[in-house]
Amino acid sequence: MTDAPRASEPIVRISGVDKVFDIDGRAVTTALSEIDLEIGRGEFVSLIGPSGCGKSTLLRLIGDLTAPTAGRVDVNGKTAHAARLGREYGMVFQAPVLFEWRTVEENVKLPLELLGMDRSRREERAAEMIALVELGDFAKHHPYQLSGGMQQRVAIARALALEPSILLMDEPFGALDEMTRERMNSEVLRIWQRTGTTIVFVTHSIPEAVFLSTRVVVMSARPGRITRLVDVPLPHPRNEDTREDPRYFRLVTEVREALRAGGGSPLDLAEASDERLAAEGGIG
Amino acid sequence: MTAAAPSVGVPLPRRPGRGLRFARGVRHYAPAIAVFAGGILLWELLIRAFDVRGFILPAPSAIGAALVENWGAGRWPLFESARTTLYEAIGGLVIGTSAGLVVAFAVSRWANARDAVLPIAIAVNAIPIIAIAPIFNAWFGVTNPLSKMMIAALLVFFPVMINVTRGLTQVEPAALELMRSYAASQTAVLRKVRIPNALPFFFTAMKVATTLSLIGAVVGEYFGGSSTVIGRVVVQSASALRFDVTWAAILLVAVTGIVFYLIIVMLERVFIPWHASVRAESR
Repeated sequence: MTDAPRASEPIVRISGVDKVFDIDGRAVTTALSEIDLEIGRGEFVSLIGPSGCGKSTLLRLIGDLTAPTAGRVDVNGKTAHAARLGREYGMVFQAPVLFEWRTVEENVKLPLELLGMDRSRREERAAEMIALVELGDFAKHHPYQLSGGMQQRVAIARALALEPSILLMDEPFGALDEMTRERMNSEVLRIWQRTGTTIVFVTHSIPEAVFLSTRVVVMSARPGRITRLVDVPLPHPRNEDTREDPRYFRLVTEVREALRAGGGSPLDLAEASDERLAAEGGIG
Repeated sequence: MTAAAPSVGVPLPRRPGRGLRFARGVRHYAPAIAVFAGGILLWELLIRAFDVRGFILPAPSAIGAALVENWGAGRWPLFESARTTLYEAIGGLVIGTSAGLVVAFAVSRWANARDAVLPIAIAVNAIPIIAIAPIFNAWFGVTNPLSKMMIAALLVFFPVMINVTRGLTQVEPAALELMRSYAASQTAVLRKVRIPNALPFFFTAMKVATTLSLIGAVVGEYFGGSSTVIGRVVVQSASALRFDVTWAAILLVAVTGIVFYLIIVMLERVFIPWHASVRAESR
């Protein structure tokens, strides 16, 4: 397999989105400003940027967990709100958010119960998902009996149970140690390739973003803006060798420089957008 | 299929065998039993050595004898008294818990209800129960067990209401976001998140509430009522200087309270075996 396919019809279309947080109607923080972004079906897109750049907010806008102040977010040809009501999302947060009173299996069944799927289909589907994240031996365990990495795999299984059109992951491996994180990265790539789900992934780790994505969205802070889009044309399947590929290093450097360029002053931002034009010409 | 790297998982602890569990139980409780038995023995010996008079402090043997002697007959039939008091306490527990649950659900569902009810509940809780007991006796009939039940219920209501409200509302925000991402209804959130989340809070409240219900019943009895109840036995035997009977009655209520408590602990193990507090205790 070479590059993952990128369909022409975008699954996510964000146009002219601003997000201003206010207290009692008084604007306090401009979290996002003039965001335009399209994400193709089956893409793996990472959002990266310094803390406070609004990357998590952007993810939450896509998932209709918060509403934009201006502009619009369309997912799968409808508003993000309609997509959420249509149960088209799978969410994975930084914390696994498993219910401690439910076993692994019962946690994975939660969205299926909410959908009203009948019992036998639920059993079947949950078993399938648990096998996908390779936790078959732990189906009857409670979350407290699992390590952090395993808990996060349960969260991924749960998120995929409804066969969502799009999987939103908000720094899912931020709380894991480096080695577990690398293993989880490979796991997510494997799942992505097997399911073909579109994934939007928020991270503050440059290597993670480059290793996973077909495209990296680089953001800057205050106000949150997209400063650069970096295509990642590394071949699939990606594995440990990918991490030692010179092209991988070049891309890591490119993302790092893009982040630094977007670092703060208006002058920097102007430079960044020049660079962005140059980069898009060079890589695209 | 086996997990790719089971080494990162914590293996499910094997449940110890019956023999081993019994041995562990003995080892766990042995110090408490030893201290208790030693204390009783010392008490007995000191009473005998210094010839302490019975109305100051009766010896454990005297209390035991009084318990046997007055179990079923005489002026102070202890068993019947304890049974009536327990009946009143359970009635109060049921009424108070039900009211506490109803208010907790209402308060956690509607912010208006919270603003309306919470200040009143706090004010009611501030009233000393001793002061309200004679009034309840007058309202519900001094010989009617309902008057004692209502006093017990009043004591039980507050901890149940406050704890369950906390359990229903103090849900991890991320859990609510997760449910929102699945477009879950309010009812589904209540059933699948809020209620299970509130269960440990409920059981914590019940541990306090069982004891409070007995206290409420006995306090109510102090201010009058049928004579075959623990509260009356305590008052009357003490005024007759029969402190051996008084102590026997107190012992009986204490044992009832402990049994009550243990029942709640057992229910906890059945209903919330996954909760950290239960896991730690049953280790």
